[in-house]
Amino acid sequence: MNFDWSNLGDFMPAFWDGVLVTLQALLGGSLLAFSLGLVWALAQRSSLKVVSWPVKAVAEFIRNTPLLVQLFFLFYVLPEWGLTLSALATGILGLGLHYSTYTAEVYRAGIDGVPAGQWEAATALSLPRSRTWIAVILPQALRRVVPALGNYVIAMLKDSPMLMTIGVLEMLGEARQFGSQTFQMNESIVAVGIAFIVIAYPASLLLRALERRLVR
Amino acid sequence: MSDFSFSQGLWELLLRGVWITVQLTVYSAALGAVVAFTVGLARTHRLWIVRFLSGAYFEIFRGTSALVLMIWVFFVVPLTLGWQLVPMWAAVLTLGCTYGAYGSEIVRGAVAAVPVAQREAGVALSMPPAMRMRKILLPQAWPEMVPPFCNLLIELLKGTALVSVLGVADITFAAQLVRNATGQSAPVYTVILVMYFVLAFAITRVMRQVERRAKAGVGRAPAKGTPQARRAVAGRPQDLAGVAQRSAAPGSPGPSTSGGAS
Repeated sequence: MNFDWSNLGDFMPAFWDGVLVTLQALLGGSLLAFSLGLVWALAQRSSLKVVSWPVKAVAEFIRNTPLLVQLFFLFYVLPEWGLTLSALATGILGLGLHYSTYTAEVYRAGIDGVPAGQWEAATALSLPRSRTWIAVILPQALRRVVPALGNYVIAMLKDSPMLMTIGVLEMLGEARQFGSQTFQMNESIVAVGIAFIVIAYPASLLLRALERRLVR
Repeated sequence: MSDFSFSQGLWELLLRGVWITVQLTVYSAALGAVVAFTVGLARTHRLWIVRFLSGAYFEIFRGTSALVLMIWVFFVVPLTLGWQLVPMWAAVLTLGCTYGAYGSEIVRGAVAAVPVAQREAGVALSMPPAMRMRKILLPQAWPEMVPPFCNLLIELLKGTALVSVLGVADITFAAQLVRNATGQSAPVYTVILVMYFVLAFAITRVMRQVERRAKAGVGRAPAKGTPQARRAVAGRPQDLAGVAQRSAAPGSPGPSTSGGAS
């Protein structure tokens, strides 16, 4: 094993560019997953079978098929349908859509976890339906699900290198580009691997602390 | 996306890809199971150094991305060590080690969830630790592990798509070839998404059977939906139903046989 520190130094500027892109993808993907997931969760609870059933089926399908293939699908098929997005935007859309099917389950569990008494109290106060959701149910449900959502952010971080395959220059993409220019892969890939642990491990510790505070 | 008229050869390519994906899933799952049980049980070991090492393994493999690891094993290890793994085995090694790390958490959690009294009973019977694990803890923890293992298997199946980056001719790789040959993206990617979904569905079905047998093995009521379960749940609490079942069938295999998967 020859580890050349000067190579690592040469890789650093590209590495920071990659970190920035990874974090952008992560932020965009998380926001999309959180918001779409809530939409799916609410749609799945709809009493209208025409709404709940297709949403359930599509979510199940997306959850059980690989993100990589979904990314290829979006990347190659969307332009055929006349929607041309940048590689990063396609990646964010793919990540967000895939993980929204997971967050939908998390929201569902959170909403189911709100005690029935809360619903009954809202009915007894004759709160309108929208206000019951916004002021009573969702605040209690969301509080519980924050740690679980955080876990999916970490999972998303670890899936973000897949965006490399559609040409996004995130951390791993930068490392491979650097490798193909200099024929020195070792240092850059090791740096990227360590970067993932350096980001993911404190994040998981943070989540554990958050879980203790929020979930009682 | 109505044009499914791939030629015969292209369909063959995709079907060969399915076979490679199935092989990858089975081999990685086998390696992953070994890793999961080894690391998971090591994390409950008495010696702190064993716990520390297995904990470090878990954090490293859980913290890093499978794709980064795969590329490292495939492109960097040959350059630095001078020998090259066959792509298939590089993929199995990475997938097995990564998903094994996730599995170790399932094993650890399920073993920790067995009531303390069970372990104490083993101590009272002066069973050595290994025997206690094999005869008492694992058989009772196993049914709890099956549903999360099912989810993990599906994650593993989805993870196998990554090997196309290394040039292993799995479904995703075959789809790229077909796409290059036909110039059409929508049909081929739709077809392979459905293929993955069908494989995942098959895994769910098989694991449901495994779960039912595992539960029956420790004398607990079968999963919901079967006629026995409905009768049992209607009559009395599940645990009582389990006791009744066990006493009704004294010749049944009992708990010890279901721990065979360790």
